[in-house]
Amino acid sequence: MVSSQLLKVRHLDVSVYDRKGHETKIVDDVSFDVQPGKVIALIGESGSGKTTISLGCMGYTRPGCHLTRGTVELDGVNVLDLSLPDLQKLRGRDITYVAQSAAASFNSAIKIDAQVTEIPIITGSMTSKDAQKKAIQLYKSLELPDPEHIGKRYPHQVSGGQLQRLMAAMAMISDPRLLILDEPTTALDVTTQIEVLYSFKKLIKDNNTAAIYVTHDLSLVAQIADHILVLRDGKIVEYGNTEQIISDPKHDYTKALMAAAHIMPDHIQAPMIKPAEAPPIIEVKSVTAAYASSADINVLEDINLSINPGETVGIIGESGSGKTTLGRLISGLMNAKSGEVLLNGQPLSPSVQQRNLNELQQIQFVFQMADVALNPRQRINKILGRPMMFYRGLTTSEANKEVERLLERVELQTEFAWRFPAELSGGQRQRVNLARALAAEPKLIICDEITSALDTVVSQQILDLLESLQNEFGLSYMFITHDIATVAKIAERIAVMRLGRIVSQGMISDVLTPPCHEYTQLLLNSIPEMRTDWLDEAVVERRELIKAMEA
Amino acid sequence: MTLHSHTSSTWFGRLRVNMEDLTPGAAICLCFLIIVFFIGIFAPWIAPYDEAQILTNDSFMPPSAEMWLGSDYLGRDVLSRLIYGIRITLFLALTISFISFLSGVGLGFLAAAFGGRIDNWMSRLNDALLSFPSLMLALIVINSLGSSFMVLIFTIAFIDMTRVYRVARALAVNIMVMDYVEAAVVRGENKWWIICHEILPNTVIPLAAEFGIRFTYTILFIAALSFLGLGVQPPQSDLGVMVKENMQSLLYGEYTTLYPAIMIAMIAISMNIFVDWLLLQSGTKLPEEV
Amino acid sequence: MSLLEILVKRLLLGLGTLLFVSFLVFFGTEILPGDVAYAILGQGATPELVEQVRERLGLNEPFHMRYWIWLTNFLTGNFGTSLANGADIGVEVSRRAMNTLILASCTAIVAVPLAIILGLMASIKPGGWIDRLISSVSLALISLPDFLVAVILVSIFAVKLRWLPAIASIRPSYDFFDWIRILILPVMGLTFTILAHMVRMTRSAVLNVLSSPAIEMAILKGVPRRRLLVRHALPNALGPIINVVALNLAYLISGVVVIETLFNFPGLGRYMVEGVTNRDVPIVQTCAMIFCTFYVLLNILADILSIIVNPRVRYKK
Repeated sequence: MVSSQLLKVRHLDVSVYDRKGHETKIVDDVSFDVQPGKVIALIGESGSGKTTISLGCMGYTRPGCHLTRGTVELDGVNVLDLSLPDLQKLRGRDITYVAQSAAASFNSAIKIDAQVTEIPIITGSMTSKDAQKKAIQLYKSLELPDPEHIGKRYPHQVSGGQLQRLMAAMAMISDPRLLILDEPTTALDVTTQIEVLYSFKKLIKDNNTAAIYVTHDLSLVAQIADHILVLRDGKIVEYGNTEQIISDPKHDYTKALMAAAHIMPDHIQAPMIKPAEAPPIIEVKSVTAAYASSADINVLEDINLSINPGETVGIIGESGSGKTTLGRLISGLMNAKSGEVLLNGQPLSPSVQQRNLNELQQIQFVFQMADVALNPRQRINKILGRPMMFYRGLTTSEANKEVERLLERVELQTEFAWRFPAELSGGQRQRVNLARALAAEPKLIICDEITSALDTVVSQQILDLLESLQNEFGLSYMFITHDIATVAKIAERIAVMRLGRIVSQGMISDVLTPPCHEYTQLLLNSIPEMRTDWLDEAVVERRELIKAMEA
Repeated sequence: MTLHSHTSSTWFGRLRVNMEDLTPGAAICLCFLIIVFFIGIFAPWIAPYDEAQILTNDSFMPPSAEMWLGSDYLGRDVLSRLIYGIRITLFLALTISFISFLSGVGLGFLAAAFGGRIDNWMSRLNDALLSFPSLMLALIVINSLGSSFMVLIFTIAFIDMTRVYRVARALAVNIMVMDYVEAAVVRGENKWWIICHEILPNTVIPLAAEFGIRFTYTILFIAALSFLGLGVQPPQSDLGVMVKENMQSLLYGEYTTLYPAIMIAMIAISMNIFVDWLLLQSGTKLPEEV
Repeated sequence: MSLLEILVKRLLLGLGTLLFVSFLVFFGTEILPGDVAYAILGQGATPELVEQVRERLGLNEPFHMRYWIWLTNFLTGNFGTSLANGADIGVEVSRRAMNTLILASCTAIVAVPLAIILGLMASIKPGGWIDRLISSVSLALISLPDFLVAVILVSIFAVKLRWLPAIASIRPSYDFFDWIRILILPVMGLTFTILAHMVRMTRSAVLNVLSSPAIEMAILKGVPRRRLLVRHALPNALGPIINVVALNLAYLISGVVVIETLFNFPGLGRYMVEGVTNRDVPIVQTCAMIFCTFYVLLNILADILSIIVNPRVRYKK
């Protein structure tokens, strides 16, 4: 029986039970269809249930989760009713899965080829030779380097982007009818991301496979999906085809997602030029630095940078560019080999141990992941009160009052003072993180990727908070990130870093509007735009840019 | 719950361990341990007779109204010997555990917090000491210095300290790499503050579990030494000595030796079950089981 | 660093450790309060006699000289003579060491495969009845003093049932079957002790591997359970399991001492205990050195095997 729908999901419910037996639904009454050869995107923030649903389509739940209601029909057969041996026949053949982290999902003790060709060989659908040949074909079409031999290596000998593509090969080798991709490009660098995305798109189209693409990134998904399903807290928010949802979102939440998406503003305004009233807070002069363990490799090379009072300077780069190292160096967590850093015109002692209280107070550092930046065993009022007592000499009772005011200022309820970090949400923890830096009453706050681990909506809120704090207290920010779209929203000046050097710096309008430095152009090129035809153009442009850069 | 776990979950676990969540098994063990400690502390008032008092000329009398567990090979009251044996065993085990724990944790945290060369040298020294089987070390020292309480306590405490150091240091090192410790460093806090306010609160539960494990291990170790005749010496006797002195008669069908042996086992099992419950409840794992 | 470099480094470290251990053994046994000579001759000996004995035993040499002499002697197989009866230790040691080796090997042969199998069985269905049974019995066993199990075994098999001897003395005339009869109870006693530890640790190591993302991926590929365990899980669990086995075999060294004493087995462990009881320093030194050497060697072997088994180290980028 050939039905027009390949996959029919109806009224799917998934629940977890806590130790006392109370049930919480993490997926609530979700229904959708997947047509043969079409891609549907499941969009949502973390906790929306999207991964759980996609795993549920294979009849799989993570430990602790239970499928309590609903049907998943693959060509008329209810997957959820199948016995385990029947499910095993389905998995790896008719439905295959590409996980978020290829590095973790490949078995480090088995060669790549053996893992890629495993399922066809053990089910007997292909001989070992044929499977091998097909694998190499897939490697070629995924544009992997050295396709004849790459499979003979072990997973740890191959890069992250390549592993992700190899996982796609592993999923496609049995010609599945349905491919499930779970945030497959999230763990990759921005510039690698579009290449991999392009490879996936091509693979899906060439084989006419149906696909479920799970992601939190709306702009990314516009390139590859035919239909979009927006999820929140396990429930469907909006469901329709891509063009329609992007051009005319109905639900408020979808609209908020669109607004918060990491896309470049259409026009980058030149910031208001403030007269240089005061000398720069921070001046970095010809700083070169290296790690003690490999002293001959410079992680920072001849850096020159200045940050003025009340200004936001964005530091952009990919992983390995040295942007975080620069932030750590200015904070005193790392020493420079040569060059110096000036604070208010005076040379700054290189390391934390040598600095006096005043120097320490003026520069504060905010970390990326709030759940490891806050001591889980300290209450919020101790976390926030300590900098106050340490730098400003407040007594405990004075600090407690101050803490309440501070919490209000970062838009948190004052009752939170008595809670532990684990009792707060991710966004709330990041506010506390920020509040801790504020508690010292600094002049400069170094923000190290503080929105990168947050959901798009929440991270927008944090950016708004940063701006309002800057207006009120005249703070300067050094905003370190890999995401140009984010930094374009808040920075006045920007420095682009690559391999330890600053390749381009200046007013944001100068640096980011063409003609730009070629590397900047490459970064800009990797930011998805909210239109469905962006991907193909971007890949072509990218390849030209790379050729030009290497010439 | 998910497989792709946070960096933060394994060591720190849940914040508070609720006593209400005690499983029946763990509750029984806790009660048993409390009772046993009670017996140990109040032994002189609880025991019906003095431990060395010979009550009868007949060895291995069966249980009677005067001697609830009968008499041992010399005609002494088994029950009283058992009670005093508990007292000595627990006293030794607790003292040793406290000493080894305080020194091991102190040094371990120190090494982790200061890092660098200090950590390197201390850990190398500790590893070298660890390469010595514990029984051998004890035997060598006892050979030279005898088996007085002082020697036993400090020797076994020293051996234990090397194990505790390793566990404490591993726990502390995992915490030192956390961002919140870096936040404290970048603030300008000194090492002592970091140890007391950042490291210690996060290690309380795993350390408590480790204390329980060390305690059990120490009890078994002392019992083994006493059994070999090299632990507690007469006129004192702990549970291990009791096992040894009554053991020969096992061949003749006298099962008195089983009382102290089973008592040792019960104390150890209870502590182990309780520690297991503690670890399960709080979701923590200890670095290594040695 | 290449694989070879890592291995060589580990071996050198091991040799250094052995040297350190030998120093500790020597130092530990020579810090006697009072004098060895007086210990032999008794307190009432004349000063001249004491001086003679001290000369003969080389006790007047400086510490490092004595250490060096002792070490070189040991390495050439000259273990000295017993203080108690003047007998040559070397002869006694070689005989007893052989016995202990037999005892330990039999235990290892029985315990290791059994432990791995039980550990695997327990981890296949965590929380299931097999697991709970194995786990609770293991927990109980590790809490028992080494000798208790042996004592119980003796009381059942030797006293009540009279099937097996309670005392394991060995006569030269014993043949293979006599040996088996003698060894059963001691081996059982030893096995129970290390079995429990190994089962728990194996289970823990395997469960750790089974909860990894790579295994979840294999499940999602539809790999059948058996193949999953053998081809996917086991290679990754091999390293930790080897570690567990080596750790416990090392622990066996201490366990032997207690069991030999209990059963009167003429092995190296009991010899050492006698040496300590009689303050017979050369015996203690020799036995300690032999035991420690095995302990260190086992640890080195465990380390090296773990390194070799890990493909991340074997095949560099």
